[in-house]
Amino acid sequence: MVLSESICEIEIEIRNADGLHMRPAMQFVDVASKYQCDIKVSNGDTKVDAKSIMQMTMLAAICGTKLTVRAEGVDCRQAIDELQELVEEKLFGEPPKK
Amino acid sequence: MKLSDIVCVDAVIPDLSVTDRDEVIKELVGVLSAVGKIPKTRAKDIAAAVISRENEASTGIGKGVAVPHVKHSSVKKVVAAIGCSTSGIDFSSLDKEPAYSVILLLSPENNPDKHLQAMENIFKNLQKDDFRRFLRQARTAEAIYEVLTDFCDE
Repeated sequence: MVLSESICEIEIEIRNADGLHMRPAMQFVDVASKYQCDIKVSNGDTKVDAKSIMQMTMLAAICGTKLTVRAEGVDCRQAIDELQELVEEKLFGEPPKK
Repeated sequence: MKLSDIVCVDAVIPDLSVTDRDEVIKELVGVLSAVGKIPKTRAKDIAAAVISRENEASTGIGKGVAVPHVKHSSVKKVVAAIGCSTSGIDFSSLDKEPAYSVILLLSPENNPDKHLQAMENIFKNLQKDDFRRFLRQARTAEAIYEVLTDFCDE
């Protein structure tokens, strides 16, 4: 959903079996950090900075968890697209749930 | 799940005797095996698995802390050990600074959700500046455990 030129928000679902453990969280942070925009991720209870590994690991997102990703800034569209691809299509390079 | 439920009270080392990363991991796994939290016969194997995981990607997340961990078939229940070092340990951390507090987390292989809960718990606390500072300043096992229980009650 494009809220304005510089704000972008989507819901993504964790689909790899092991969930958002540290290695996937690091991949997420690496991608998020490439972009200038401010990115926040929320699991409903906790809202964290997508560029902080400590905060991302706090989400404890298991397989099936839906996260809201909100980016604000000039390159928000590209950031959201790449994050969505990493999580829902590439599955962080990990296997899906059997 | 509380942090003080995950960390084994008898597996808290206030002054690690070694400063090499792999030796620190072996020492922490060793103490968990000595107190019967993991099978003694599997300690070597588990330590090797933690080191191999660490070699894939460092768990030295910066700000003086490292959280080496692994999921292993010989681990029955999520358990953690804590080691502190005044001289600091090279964990190839993200911010290139040494680790002064090391939290070793061992999880069963077949319960990824439980592992994530434990990680959440550990990171929720590590995130707090005070928690990291108190942990680093604690000089005895009792003092370290007190930091854990104090923060858990919040």
